[in-house]
Amino acid sequence: MLSVVIFLPLAAALGLLAVPRLGDRAVVLVWIGACAVDLALVVALWIGRGGGAADRISGETRVRWIPSVRASYHVGVDGLSLPLIALTALLFGGCAVYSLRLTHRVRAFAVLFLFLETVCLGLFAALDLLLFFVFFDLSIVGMYFVIVGWGHGDNIRSGLKFFLYTFLGSLVLLLGFIGLYLGAEPHTFDMVDLTRTPPLSGSPGLAALVLLAVGIGLAIKTPTVPVHTWLPPAHTDAPAAGSAILAGVMLKMGTYGLVRIAMPMLPDAWRRYAWVAIVIGVVGVLYGALVALAQDNVKRLVAYTSINHMGYIVLAVGAAGLAAGDVAARRLAVTGAVTQMVSHGLVTGALFLLSGVLYDRGRSYDLGRYGGLARGAPVFAALTAVAAFASLGLPGLSGFIAEFQIFTGAIGSGTAMAAAAGAVAILGILITAALFLRVLHRLLLGTDGELSGRVNDLRGAETAAIAPLLALSLVIGIAPRFLLDVIEPASAAVISLVAR
Amino acid sequence: MNENPAYLLPELCTLAGAVIGLLTGLFSPRARQWRVAVICAAGLLAGLVAAAVAAGRPDAVAFDTFMIDPVTHVTRVVVLAATLLVVALSAGSVRGHRRESEFYVLLLFAAVGTMVLGASADLLVLLSAYLLASIPGYALAGFGKDAAGTEAALKYYLMGALLGIVMLAGITVLYGVGRGTAYDTLREGLASAPAGAAAVGVVALLAGLMFKTGAVPAHFWVPDVTEGAPPAVAAFVTTVPKIGAFAALYRIAVELLPRAPVDWRLLIAILAVATMTLGNLAAFYQDNVRRLLAYSTISQAGYLLVPVVVAGRSGLAEQALLFYLAAYAVTNIGAFAVVVAVGEDRLAGYAGMVRRSPSLALSLVVCLLGLVGTPPTGVFVGKLLMLGAAVDGRYAWLAAVAVLNTVASVFYYLRWIVPTFARPAPPSTGGINLEARVVAYTAAAVSLLLGIGSGIALTFS
Repeated sequence: MLSVVIFLPLAAALGLLAVPRLGDRAVVLVWIGACAVDLALVVALWIGRGGGAADRISGETRVRWIPSVRASYHVGVDGLSLPLIALTALLFGGCAVYSLRLTHRVRAFAVLFLFLETVCLGLFAALDLLLFFVFFDLSIVGMYFVIVGWGHGDNIRSGLKFFLYTFLGSLVLLLGFIGLYLGAEPHTFDMVDLTRTPPLSGSPGLAALVLLAVGIGLAIKTPTVPVHTWLPPAHTDAPAAGSAILAGVMLKMGTYGLVRIAMPMLPDAWRRYAWVAIVIGVVGVLYGALVALAQDNVKRLVAYTSINHMGYIVLAVGAAGLAAGDVAARRLAVTGAVTQMVSHGLVTGALFLLSGVLYDRGRSYDLGRYGGLARGAPVFAALTAVAAFASLGLPGLSGFIAEFQIFTGAIGSGTAMAAAAGAVAILGILITAALFLRVLHRLLLGTDGELSGRVNDLRGAETAAIAPLLALSLVIGIAPRFLLDVIEPASAAVISLVAR
Repeated sequence: MNENPAYLLPELCTLAGAVIGLLTGLFSPRARQWRVAVICAAGLLAGLVAAAVAAGRPDAVAFDTFMIDPVTHVTRVVVLAATLLVVALSAGSVRGHRRESEFYVLLLFAAVGTMVLGASADLLVLLSAYLLASIPGYALAGFGKDAAGTEAALKYYLMGALLGIVMLAGITVLYGVGRGTAYDTLREGLASAPAGAAAVGVVALLAGLMFKTGAVPAHFWVPDVTEGAPPAVAAFVTTVPKIGAFAALYRIAVELLPRAPVDWRLLIAILAVATMTLGNLAAFYQDNVRRLLAYSTISQAGYLLVPVVVAGRSGLAEQALLFYLAAYAVTNIGAFAVVVAVGEDRLAGYAGMVRRSPSLALSLVVCLLGLVGTPPTGVFVGKLLMLGAAVDGRYAWLAAVAVLNTVASVFYYLRWIVPTFARPAPPSTGGINLEARVVAYTAAAVSLLLGIGSGIALTFS
């Protein structure tokens, strides 16, 4: 069942390649259909899991792949991966609908996105380090072709930078995985086995080195300051749907890896170096927010707020590693981190699609050349406002639920350092609020800019792509129980694993 | 002593294919020389079957000098399969050529030499295999009889002759200090040998093998031959001789060197670093795809040296080397097959290729990303095993260097991949070479299957 969910998009992609005489519109319809079926399957998976206090892996499949290094095709979902799988399916569906009016090399675009959907779903479902790595690497290749093939501006250069930078990260990650493999007795790449008996528990020096390699690899992907420099150009020059996936889904691969791999497999080293994550997290929060505040390019601005939002997650997982802290608070921090991953995916995905609409109409991202859009494009303005408020963490939207838990977890964990870090990071919210209000003010209100006349309102497909993302953010903001019920057992499990 | 010729059946089948092919070629009119290709392919296929059957038997030593073990089995299968691909690849371009039959026969002789090179357990056999594998290569390099080909052949020949003599000198020294030429005799003999003489002998011995692998410092022939020789020959000489040479190197590392009073691991590690780094840096701004591929094969030789460094120290080394060799061979031939099919050497000639022939462009992307080591291609699994072996064998720094080099290599492979998706599609220049296309598709597919089905492939090695 889970394998069907993962490989259905790929099968649809191969089908699209095999049938050469298909109009552009038919291609997109097939694409939307595949995404819709996949989303339905994920919803069925979610419902079929049922409730329960304990966290468990469901939909597990394990097939031998490279027996000599004990690597297998091992997939399954639990409370950490299910929300991200659902987010992936939803966001890819949104991008498919958004692309209904695409005219440039539609078939290749659809095939590439379906391929990327398989890759992203596979990564979150993977329970084997090598399988995780395969999908991790393929996501880079797929996104590179999206940026180079359909981007704009200086996209060849940005794409190359993105590829080289994240590819370096992935290979460092691979070295870390090899370290985990060699540290385990018997040698294995299996995540479940590695989590059960953490490798390298007897040699703290090696464990620290392996954590360093894994940490660098995941930090580049996340990205955290100071290894974030590939992100702004990649986002700016990617097509809107590509940015939405890159920010909404692919950045989560890094933070997901921290929670799934770094924390439970190297608990000792994680506890020892949790303060590093806290520092990096706080720096990311403030730096991302401050740089975003100075941007005039809408897309660069959203890209820097992503760095800011990822900073909250890194802060939270760092605070969760402080052994001295209160257990309930640390659980809350992990739950908040996972909720933030989902929330950021929904909201930032929507923001990137909206900035894509702006570019589609005016061929510019420059804030200064627009203004007063609320008059001519009320739906666009309304959705932008909702997305901006969700992104800055207004109560009633998903961002608030996530950030509230992160701050409560960090400050409430009882250690002075985490409390101070949490307090400083709250400043980040203040800055984000200021910068989004500035965006709303300059973009939607005030007098018309030189390009405002060109911006007509959202078309049906665009609304249909963006509105559900924000609606879900609203649902999570008002009634988050359905999501938290899935995440909380998993975060409790992570905390008990990291406490070993 | 075991003197059953049946143990050499794969080699004999290939040899028979070559000899019968040569005789048939003598008596065939030029328009029907294609029969030689069929005979040679049949010889290779028979050899493949024999090698596959032999792989199921227990390990043995034939004639005291010929090891039959997993390394030999994999060498045979990969050499034969790669040669078969090259025969198919060249069928289109040499059809009707004045020396068509000689072309195939030379390929087969070189393949026989390569297989013996990988299986020999005696330095004298190693030397004769070296000659048998090299001399047909010199002739093939100059096959086109054009200026570039002649220069390439001369360079190839002079380099090969020089390093062959050096190797012979090394063997003489080792014979002197180790009282034998068989690997097991030398292993014991070198333990008590004077370190200086042993070091000279070992270094000189490695020189010849470095020439065959195309590794630094014996790499100078690679770019010129790859650019000057006919493309199918370039595919052959950058792929097949490497297989036997690396098998021989591995065998020497495991059987001959363990007790030698020389830090040969460090020596090979330094050569590996130099090879991969130089290959990658030199490939950066090449505008000729064949030169680019030439430097890429040099860098791949650097990665392939890593398992040799940790041979006998890590349980993963043997698998890493053999799997990497197989994956590299098929992927590299696939890339060359695309060059043959497109019939274009300039990088600019690949602009907009995806319009003209999407499936060929896809094969190119698979092969080039495969050479980078992107999952799920075969080279990825090879690279993974290689890195694992290096870390396991306490050469983590070497793994780190290999990783950095891999990242650097992405740059020049992308320089080739990106233009294929460019918008303006210039009119097609090259003819449609059906055989080369089929080889390209096959190689790309096998490269992917090797990665996905690596579990199955690894159980055989």
